[in-house]
Amino acid sequence: MISLPVLAFYLFAAATIGAAVMVISAKNPVHSVLWLILAFFSAAGLFVLLGAEFLAMLLVIVYVGAVAVLFLFVVMMLNINYEELREGAQSYLPIGGLVGVILLIELIMMGISWQFGADVTVNAAQPTPMLTEVQNTEALGRVLYTDYIFIFQSAGLILLVAMIGAIVLTHRTRSGVKRQSIARQNARRPEDAYGLVDAEVGAGATIPTKKGQGERP
Amino acid sequence: MVEAFFEWFPTTWLGMFFGVEQTALFYFIAIVAMILVIVLPLLIAVAFTVYFDRKIWAAVQMRRGPNVVGPFGLLQSFADGIKLFLKETIIPSGANKVIFLLAPMITFTLALIAWAVIPFGEGMAVANLNVGVLYILAISSLGVYGIIMSGWASNSRYAFLGSLRSAAQMVSYEVSIGFVLVCVLMAVGSLNLSDIVVAQQGSILNWYIWPFLPIYVIFFISTLAETNRPPFDLPEAEAELVAGYQVEYSSMAFALFFLGEYANILLMSAVMAILFLGGWYAPLEALDFIPGWIWLLAKTAFGFWMISMVKAFVPRYRYDQLMRLGWKVFLPISLFLVIFYAGVMMYAGWLPK
Amino acid sequence: MSSLVASAKSLLLLEFMSAFWLSIKYMVAPKVTINYPYEKGPISPRFRGEHALRRYANGEERCIACKLCEAICPAQAITIEAEPRDDGSRRTTRYDIDMTKCIYCGFCQEACPVDAIVEGPNFEFATETRAELMYDKNKLLANGERWEREIAMNIAADAQYR
Repeated sequence: MISLPVLAFYLFAAATIGAAVMVISAKNPVHSVLWLILAFFSAAGLFVLLGAEFLAMLLVIVYVGAVAVLFLFVVMMLNINYEELREGAQSYLPIGGLVGVILLIELIMMGISWQFGADVTVNAAQPTPMLTEVQNTEALGRVLYTDYIFIFQSAGLILLVAMIGAIVLTHRTRSGVKRQSIARQNARRPEDAYGLVDAEVGAGATIPTKKGQGERP
Repeated sequence: MVEAFFEWFPTTWLGMFFGVEQTALFYFIAIVAMILVIVLPLLIAVAFTVYFDRKIWAAVQMRRGPNVVGPFGLLQSFADGIKLFLKETIIPSGANKVIFLLAPMITFTLALIAWAVIPFGEGMAVANLNVGVLYILAISSLGVYGIIMSGWASNSRYAFLGSLRSAAQMVSYEVSIGFVLVCVLMAVGSLNLSDIVVAQQGSILNWYIWPFLPIYVIFFISTLAETNRPPFDLPEAEAELVAGYQVEYSSMAFALFFLGEYANILLMSAVMAILFLGGWYAPLEALDFIPGWIWLLAKTAFGFWMISMVKAFVPRYRYDQLMRLGWKVFLPISLFLVIFYAGVMMYAGWLPK
Repeated sequence: MSSLVASAKSLLLLEFMSAFWLSIKYMVAPKVTINYPYEKGPISPRFRGEHALRRYANGEERCIACKLCEAICPAQAITIEAEPRDDGSRRTTRYDIDMTKCIYCGFCQEACPVDAIVEGPNFEFATETRAELMYDKNKLLANGERWEREIAMNIAADAQYR
């Protein structure tokens, strides 16, 4: 009889592989993205089984919660003609197949000639703290913010630079656009905007001019 | 893992209650029972929440609200539920059937499974996860999918626009919620929700709402945006999008969306109570004889009352204003507050060991 | 300086707070609406609600089939057919009102020379089917019997202004 964790492992693993196959075989791209989400989710389940609950949650939050949403956004907005797409697949088959075969050969060659580095055995022998003593969230934090702080921070900086670059490239200031100044709107009081004037019959009223009157809000 | 569970279970409240011989089947039944003990009262609570939401809204407008079905109209939500149950489920001809029906189920299920980590008292959680806060964040970020799938599968412009708005809105406000949580986590030193409550042990003065008042305000407003409540109910903006992503839904499919929405609101109120209002602890230590889960329910009810009141007096935001508020106001302020609190705690030596 | 005060005010959400306080005050304020199905607001004697055909005190129906109401009805909701009765008096054999067409203008009531067709004080006659809103003579006479007391009081109260 197989134990519960093993059963769960096979369930999650089968779901991951099945979903991954469906990602590339589904005809509708939106379905592909949804299968991709399932694959991410099952992978998160595998992480939980490994005891890496922090990584599992991050996978769900970052990949499923943010990245896949953007994928889905883009794919949904595209107006794709599925018939046309399928016709094209036939002509691309030789090139695609060639690339796939080359990649497979490379993988096999790498697998054959795989050798462990000299320091790998030393690193692997390093005692890792038991899960019962230190939670993996804490363990990750200790490693990330001590030994690898510079690599960690520079990775963050690279992402920041990429983000600023994207904003600079796409941001443009257009002239002739009427914009709302929310700060000014919030600062506006009723007494700045209107006042009561006693008007005599037939004489009309003179509108008192105040500073800021007549300007567009 | 199973052995660990066998050891752990008798120490929980339900295990102590049963205290019978432990077999695998028994544990399976016990787990299902634990889930039912949470879910069934939750669903009934959701029904009454809808009723109280309508009553509070009516009271602020000096109306009476539902008053016919049952005493004081208490059974109104059940009558509505039966009505929806008896109606026909309409699937638009151009819709993607599977995804169309999957979307409300996802919304509803996600709203329920998030309750697994809510501690109702000392050790009274279905799953006492080490990363409870992250779990809640993860589940609430998955909530977008119910809405975005329903919008796409409906094959309708209104539904699609509503779902696009909603997805962008939820992703934006999740960022500031994340930073808000970081502030609290820094003070606790744990991602476990029970630990967060235990860190606030004592009287009302020890609650995190006092040192973290600005954080609490940001969390409260982000909660409104996250659960699509007014003034951020743009996805369903009935004035322009008729009902957003729910346009094509009828009958039970609509009811699932509706229940999921309110279960989410209750969840966020409960999280607010746990993070800032001392969870299951009484405001005064002299009142500790009242069970903890009653205090948690009372605090959740208070949080819901605030959310419900806001609905009564705020006008709806325009979409660009909503995005501006999320990215240009809340994100910088919450980032600043993270640095500020971290600095203060570092300087004063209040960081947990 | 004033801009500093204004931005501080908006940062501290003072307006939000005052709105919250105001709505709390209104929440506990007495209700302005009535507890509708159990209590109802007063209605004028001239209120134009559901139609009814009246009878005289001796049980004779008032309507003499003059068809003035059918003629004046702007929505053409009324259909009347008439024949002499066995005793030679002129009475309707058919008096139908399509309540889905009726606009409740009250012209039929004004046109009636014998106060037979009236619009009573009843405004709660919603039905489950559309067919139930096609009133026939029996339904209208039954309405008349049911609401006679209120209708007579309303006509008496309004008489001095006519």
